[in-house]
Amino acid sequence: MTPDVVVSGSLRNRLALILTGGAALLAVVLFIVVRVLAAQVAQQGQDNILKASMSSVLDTAAIRDGRVTLDFPYSSLSMLNTEADDRVFYAIYEDNTLLSGYDWLTSPRDVAPENTIFKNTTLKGEVLRVASGARTLIGSNGPRNVFVSVAQTQDALSNTLNAISRNVAFLGLGFFAMSSALAIWAASTTSRQMRRLTSSVTRRGPQDLSRFTKPVPSEMAPLVASLNTFMLRLDHSLTQSEEFIAEAAHRIRTPLATVRSHAEATLQRVDRDENRTSLQAMVRAIDESSRAAGQLLDHAMVTFRAGNLEMVQVDLADLLHELVQSMTPVAEMKDITMTMELERPATLQGDAILLQNALRNLIDNALKYAPAETGVIIKASNSPTLSVSIYDDGPGFAVDEIETLSGRFVRGKDMGNTIGSGLGLTIAQEVIVAHNGSMALTNREEGGACVTLSF
Amino acid sequence: MRYIIFLIALWLPVSSFAQGWEDQQSFGEPNQAQLRILSSTDTSFFAPIIEDFLASSPDISVEYLVTGTADIDRLYRAAPDEFDVVISSAMDLQLKLVNDGFSAPVMNIDHPEWAQWNNSLFAFTSEPAAIVLNRQAFKQIHVPSSRQDLIQLMRDHPDHFQGRVGTYDVRQSGLGYLFATQDARATETYWRLTEVMGRVGARLYCCSGQMINDLRTGKLIIAYNVLGSYAKAQAENSDDLIIILPSEFPTTMMRTILVSAAAPAPQHANNFVRHLLKLQSIGDPLTFPLPPLSRSQDFQNLRTINLDPALMTYLDQMKRAAFIREWEDAIVQEK
Repeated sequence: MTPDVVVSGSLRNRLALILTGGAALLAVVLFIVVRVLAAQVAQQGQDNILKASMSSVLDTAAIRDGRVTLDFPYSSLSMLNTEADDRVFYAIYEDNTLLSGYDWLTSPRDVAPENTIFKNTTLKGEVLRVASGARTLIGSNGPRNVFVSVAQTQDALSNTLNAISRNVAFLGLGFFAMSSALAIWAASTTSRQMRRLTSSVTRRGPQDLSRFTKPVPSEMAPLVASLNTFMLRLDHSLTQSEEFIAEAAHRIRTPLATVRSHAEATLQRVDRDENRTSLQAMVRAIDESSRAAGQLLDHAMVTFRAGNLEMVQVDLADLLHELVQSMTPVAEMKDITMTMELERPATLQGDAILLQNALRNLIDNALKYAPAETGVIIKASNSPTLSVSIYDDGPGFAVDEIETLSGRFVRGKDMGNTIGSGLGLTIAQEVIVAHNGSMALTNREEGGACVTLSF
Repeated sequence: MRYIIFLIALWLPVSSFAQGWEDQQSFGEPNQAQLRILSSTDTSFFAPIIEDFLASSPDISVEYLVTGTADIDRLYRAAPDEFDVVISSAMDLQLKLVNDGFSAPVMNIDHPEWAQWNNSLFAFTSEPAAIVLNRQAFKQIHVPSSRQDLIQLMRDHPDHFQGRVGTYDVRQSGLGYLFATQDARATETYWRLTEVMGRVGARLYCCSGQMINDLRTGKLIIAYNVLGSYAKAQAENSDDLIIILPSEFPTTMMRTILVSAAAPAPQHANNFVRHLLKLQSIGDPLTFPLPPLSRSQDFQNLRTINLDPALMTYLDQMKRAAFIREWEDAIVQEK
């Protein structure tokens, strides 16, 4: 909304990124940990069965007629049956002689009795898990060592692991999706607080420098506190400068009046034309300064009062009537006729002093710009809305300036030597805005300007 | 003993000369891609299957080689690259071939889990081992219904049975060894039966076909552990055979097929396996004359040998030596 702010990233995006990134990392860690644990458990399972099989073969070792024989039961190999039809191999050695089984399957010789050694080996690229054990039989001519190895492929194991991996992957994905949703929700909730503050700052009128009193989250409290302090300082220095202007204007007005009366008196006494001319110029300049000082005072008051209006019942018709009466002498000096068309009732809730100020400035403007021997029409109407219009027969507004004329110290360009400070329309504008109304500047078709205040 | 030496002498020339096939037939046009099938199943059972296969794949010719189950194992292990497909009734030998890495997997086949092993070995028949009798010889005495019954009968009439009882020579026949070990595993009666058969001078055979021929000629009056499917085929032709499934339990074998890992024509072999299994599932006796797969829920009556690594237990050198010693002690009385 303020395009000249340097934007670096977004809190919401950063928060969402950190949270979803964290969730993704956690999901991956979860997957790896479960996968590793599952691999251990599954391997443990296979090892247990291999060990049982190997032990059941080894247990049948006996010496008969001086020879080592093993008459292992059907179940020794039957227990190795798996879903995936894993292939099974075994080898039985007496010392270094193969008694039975597969000769390529070597048994480790360093296995202690009652112990089992597990290891992996490969057969044509396929991984085999081997369990090996040993037993010592005491024959008539000394001890005899029997070694048994049982090996199995790992198809069922890897099937199990794949199934677990698939499930864990789904779990991880679900976890990630849920965390992401939560992250986005959390991020938008957090940023909603910021947006709320922003919009409450934005919604404020230009004069509203009061404190923020709505509750905010603790993290935002310092920001709002600074903002409040800043507003306070701003308000303070604004008030100070307005007071200064008012004070200055007031102090200038009184000496100006003295200077003016002296100048008038002198004008009566001087006969030489060039002296009269310069004295008249002097009087006009003093008038202009005095008027400007008056308007500055008005403006300072409007600015001060606009923040806290003293609302009372105001009758606009009465107000206009009084104003016209008090300004009739000024009008008569220029031979301007003021006509009133007042519809009644024309009452509203408003600050009487401000409204009077605004209307006086507008009528003053009209009298100032209207040529001599013309008329100014002051109209109050109560339908469709309550409005006051002031018409004159002056030059009207320059079309390209209508937008900017109500700014401070802005005057029309072709005003020639008409006295003015450029504050009249500003004062009216600020008053009408403080009363939630609007001011419209238009030109009349038959020539002349029209200012309408609608409430 | 003399008799056994004679039998062995009779068989040695046949089995030891590698190409002494029991049967050897070619199907399809010669000079085409050839599929070599090594099988223990009689050609008569497989001819319709092969012809049906060739009808759908006319660019192939099939050479069908028949020999005993033990021979198959020996020949195939010696030269796995000479055969594309191996069919045998000796489930244990077949399973060990797969276990030892001699087979190639056939993937994505719609076949019951219990009828296949390691995606490589596929069972396609269910055939119980039967007791087959010569009807003529049992006019005077009652027909036995169980092993126990048979033992009693042979003890009561030793003279009637003397020299006229036949069974597999487990040393020569892979299937005979499989039946014997499974029987021995299941029931004690087996050893008593073997002993009684030995006492009446049992004749020992390599194959079911030979036993059934001798039954029909009257040389034998009873044969134990004969393949029911072979006997049934004969019994349908003549009325002189009675087939009995032992009432305690008939040991049921499944014929299995595998594709050689070193097959010269692997794709054709693969197609043949698929075709065979498809015909099995259709079960039309015209194109599939063998008894199709069946798995009875009634375990009491039908004991199917499972495709399970435990089948390799009795193929262990030490266990085999011990089993054969015990079997010889029982059946070879003169020793």
